[in-house]
Amino acid sequence: MKPIVKVKNLTFKYDKRIEEETLSDLSFTVNQGEWLAVIGHNGSGKSTLAKLLVGLLEPEEGSICIAGLNVNDTMNRNGRSHIGLVFQNPENQFIGTTVEDDVAFGLENINMPYEEMVKRIGKALKLVDMYEFRSHDPSRLSGGQKQRVAIAGMLALKPSLIILDEALVMLDPKSRRELLSTLQHLIKTENITVISITHDMNEAASADRIMILEKGRIVKSGSPSLIFEEQLDLQPPFAERLKRELITRGGEFPENYMTEEEMVRRLCNYCLIV
Amino acid sequence: MNKLILGRYFPGDSWLHRLDPRAKLLAGVYFIFVLFLANNWETYLVLGLFTFAVMRLSDVKFGIYLRGVRPLIWLILFTVFLQILFTAGGEIYLDWGPITISEFGLINGVYIFCRFVMIIFISTVITLTTKPIDLTDAINILLRPLQKLRIPVDELSLMLSISLRFIPNLLDETQKVMDAQRARGTEFGEGSLFRQMKTLVPIFLPLFVSSLNRAEDMANAMEVRGYQSGEKRSIFRQLYWRRRDTLSLFIMILLTTLLIWLRTEGGIGH
Ligand SMILES: Nc1ncnc2c1ncn2[C@@H]1O[C@H](COP(=O)(O)OP(=O)(O)OP(=O)(O)O)[C@@H](O)[C@H]1O
Ligand SMILES: [Mg+2]
Repeated sequence: MKPIVKVKNLTFKYDKRIEEETLSDLSFTVNQGEWLAVIGHNGSGKSTLAKLLVGLLEPEEGSICIAGLNVNDTMNRNGRSHIGLVFQNPENQFIGTTVEDDVAFGLENINMPYEEMVKRIGKALKLVDMYEFRSHDPSRLSGGQKQRVAIAGMLALKPSLIILDEALVMLDPKSRRELLSTLQHLIKTENITVISITHDMNEAASADRIMILEKGRIVKSGSPSLIFEEQLDLQPPFAERLKRELITRGGEFPENYMTEEEMVRRLCNYCLIV
Repeated sequence: MNKLILGRYFPGDSWLHRLDPRAKLLAGVYFIFVLFLANNWETYLVLGLFTFAVMRLSDVKFGIYLRGVRPLIWLILFTVFLQILFTAGGEIYLDWGPITISEFGLINGVYIFCRFVMIIFISTVITLTTKPIDLTDAINILLRPLQKLRIPVDELSLMLSISLRFIPNLLDETQKVMDAQRARGTEFGEGSLFRQMKTLVPIFLPLFVSSLNRAEDMANAMEVRGYQSGEKRSIFRQLYWRRRDTLSLFIMILLTTLLIWLRTEGGIGH
């Protein structure tokens, strides 16, 4: 496993006159192909971290290396095109006048030939299930649909590192699960790294690792089962709670996180055996 | 806002809707120049018939075009009156010192009126049958040569297209802010002019602030997706020049020939 993101002693504040730091002394690494979930309360600095990682903000102190390049040295397009970021607010990141146009925007920027663009846009829109809406304009789309278009726009650029800043919050539970599993599949096959900022414990629980931010500091980082065990104020998802309860009563379950469906399947088998 | 026709798009599938926006734009601008060839009733009749035919081709009801003229009617009438009052020549019907109403003045006034109305009709035809974004693309392509003069044509047209995309959002937001202020007891459109102006301040300030925030978010989103001004970009929205587009320009040339032939000097009038 080689680390693709290396953050060292990262410190940042929006207003230089104020003592309090928005992010203070963050150090962490993310390995290639890993899915890291970042959780924390409102205002804990998650979005700020995301903006620092893509170089939209400049760190006060410390360094950020992505794929061996210092983010703030290579402020050019080539250094960025392999990082994809989807923001919290889908409205303000919709640049095009139609769905297709919006997905095309990033591709136009790298001067991609027309035929290639058409192929990539079609593929990306099908992945997020928005292909039928390709000629719609943003005023006729719901928030969740706009979020999917934003994800398609990011996927079309084929990034090797994806940062999702609460990019799925407006999706209904079912489409969120579907889109997550689509992304997870894609990430496995293409060896993409993901940093996902989220308030959704189901999503966090299915990550490889969870990092908790509080007031701009990392308070804990580790595998989901470890985090849910130690952090008592975090309510783990239902399946996880059920699993633990059953383990204490002598049930046999694997260590890693199980989705609700896996749990149901497992329990059905269990009943049959008993 | 709903009353404004000029600048609105009516979805449809007429011959004009399918025309390439570049062809429409070129023909439209050319038409305005051609108008200056007309100088007698025959030429105006030809132009009028042409305008009418184009309007019929657009599949849009005639009444909608009239609504397009309405907001400009006072400006037109004012210009026409000036023309009538200050043009001399021919038989004189009224004479008050510098102000005269003459035969030529009246005829000129009518001509000017027709010219205005035709310009408005033709530009309305173009905007009613062309998506704003297509028009932006056409302007972008037609103005490309100006890049040699270091005019940032691509950037300007991107700005234009983003503004077009945000007009509905801005209208929505205005409505929201107005409702919020109404809920707090502000009454719009009442009281003296000064009071009405004062009620606008609490609308524009929040709008201004939210637009600034939005602009920052947009700039971030554009940067993250690799936008850099001045770099070469490919174009996704392709325009296709077809036979009917060439045909439409050919029709314009025919019209010009006809007008030159019908004009007063050397034409039928002599
Ligand atoms: N543009 C800005 N200028 C000044 N301060 C800011 C700016 N953006 C955020 N902040 C402040 O920085 C802190 C961290 O904000 P940030 O947006 O990173 O939080 P977050 O963890 O993403 O919260 P949320 O869960 O609500 O998205 C907050 O206290 C916020 O007030
Ligand atoms: Mg945030």
